Amino acid sequence: MYTKDGEKYHVVDAHIALWDGRPENQRNVHGKQFIDCFYDYHRNLSPESETWGYEEYLYQGGERLMRDVFVDGIVDHAIFQPARLAEFYHRGFGQTDEAWALTQAHPDKLTYNHYWDSRDGENGLDQLRADAERFGLKGVKLYTADWHGESRGWKLDDPMAYRYFEVCQELGITNIHVHKGPTIRPLDRDAFDVADVDHAATDFPDLTFVVEHCGLPRLEDFCWIATQEPNVYAGLAVAMPFIHTRPRYFAQIIGELLYWIGEDRILFSSDYALWTPKWLVERFVDFQIPEDLTEYAPLTTAQKKKVLGLNAARLYDLPVPAELRLPEAGETATGPRQPEAADLAVAGGSGR
Amino acid sequence: MTAVLPDLAAEVRSALGAVVDPELDEPITDLGFVRSVAVDGGTVEVHLRLPTSFCAPNFAWLMASDARVAVAAVPGVDRVVVALDDHHDSDLINRGLAAGADYRTTFAHEAEESLDELRATFTRKAHTAAMERALTALLRADPSLTEADTAGITLADLPAGTPTTTALLRRRVALGLPVDGAARVLVRDDGSPPEPVQAPMLLRRARSVRISVDGNAHFCRGLLATRYPGAEADQVPRPEDRPLLPLTVSKGTHP
Repeated sequence: MYTKDGEKYHVVDAHIALWDGRPENQRNVHGKQFIDCFYDYHRNLSPESETWGYEEYLYQGGERLMRDVFVDGIVDHAIFQPARLAEFYHRGFGQTDEAWALTQAHPDKLTYNHYWDSRDGENGLDQLRADAERFGLKGVKLYTADWHGESRGWKLDDPMAYRYFEVCQELGITNIHVHKGPTIRPLDRDAFDVADVDHAATDFPDLTFVVEHCGLPRLEDFCWIATQEPNVYAGLAVAMPFIHTRPRYFAQIIGELLYWIGEDRILFSSDYALWTPKWLVERFVDFQIPEDLTEYAPLTTAQKKKVLGLNAARLYDLPVPAELRLPEAGETATGPRQPEAADLAVAGGSGR
Repeated sequence: MTAVLPDLAAEVRSALGAVVDPELDEPITDLGFVRSVAVDGGTVEVHLRLPTSFCAPNFAWLMASDARVAVAAVPGVDRVVVALDDHHDSDLINRGLAAGADYRTTFAHEAEESLDELRATFTRKAHTAAMERALTALLRADPSLTEADTAGITLADLPAGTPTTTALLRRRVALGLPVDGAARVLVRDDGSPPEPVQAPMLLRRARSVRISVDGNAHFCRGLLATRYPGAEADQVPRPEDRPLLPLTVSKGTHP
């Protein structure tokens, strides 16, 4: 729990990883390119005081993860969202056994989500059932840009993917976290296109689709789809650290999300170990939309509480002390929220 | 000594200035994506670089193949080598470029028809963002205007000759949209103007496009400079037609 100015925030970090990007685990040059890309994100967007050296960035291990994520008792609960990347790393990128052992040692603090890949076919369906039993899955992380033999990407509306969603529905794996990386095939179209989320969300209304980094770099396509699908959520992985280097851009991202999908469908994520949650939580609690961005209403404390933890706790049935809970906003299920705040003349005339 | 020969390298760089990153709607020369230009007689070797190894390969191909075409058209150039450095598809793309192969030949089973639709999508987004910049500038300047009012605003209502207006007109030409004074500024993707009641939503959608394009442009510039220290010296500040999004970049985040 985080306390500031008498307000208490129950914090759930909805996206963390325990990865191994060390050279001995790299299968090929792409393994190095991948962790190097992460490291450039890290050092481009982190405050100087939070920037790590390259060596320590490659691998953290469980003990350090517990210290980094739960330092000062700010984060109450965190959810593993592993990426497989078996074509890039000998033992995969996300370290399943280590993360699962850590989760078993700290069941009150950690939830383990696993992954599936529809290109694994029938065998993968059996594996999903086994994984659901082993990990007690409530959610999965899907990375559509993962490579797999000759294939360098897949889509959520592939017929085989629907078989997997059916199993998720049957087993109560209701939280589908989607990382829209640059999906390759077919190259003809925009690699970051999120239209497949639209189809899957329509066809599986009982599943919740959390689109990580809120569709960035296609925020606009994400917002347009999410506003029409009540079961599409925004994960703030990668978007959060913009709060430091590009606070006005961050304000616009949050402003757009609140307008198109509302305060009950946005999830805080540090994307650890890309970044650590402590400074992000502190900054977010202190954050406010700049006054000259009159097209957005100011952020309320209740909105911050929901984004920082209450929304994720609801999706994962995590216990929240009664005094820290908040009711849902009772907003429209689809279509833009706060339309009155969308009018520059109204907002500008209010003297903000 | 006085140089009497035309500076072929400068000519080549100038030609590369016509090559645009379709996603960011800016010349690759302004973005710092041109790593080097080497001239040896009539042979020109150009190296390109991108912010990450995992930038979408279709955009990478568009920029690299456009660069090859642009450089080959420069008088005095006999042979062109364009190479994309440090990308996960560098080998594939550079082989295709060296062989003069087209998109489908280069990417084989991963290509279906062409990249025309991709290019068209981002030409449209570039216009959408320019349209939003022009209208939001008006809204900010005149508090009595409402978002619904923007449905009736025509090109003649925009301040003439400003970078924002000029940029919008250029993008309308690219799409084949009318540029006469009576033409409505706010239009749908198909070029049709909305009713006033539909205008606020259309403008908000356009705003999310503009935020995306501008945000990506700034992020990509920053990442390039992180990946290639010193690259910021090769970057030109984002054009004046986009004054609405001043983004503060804190010191000390670049190693």
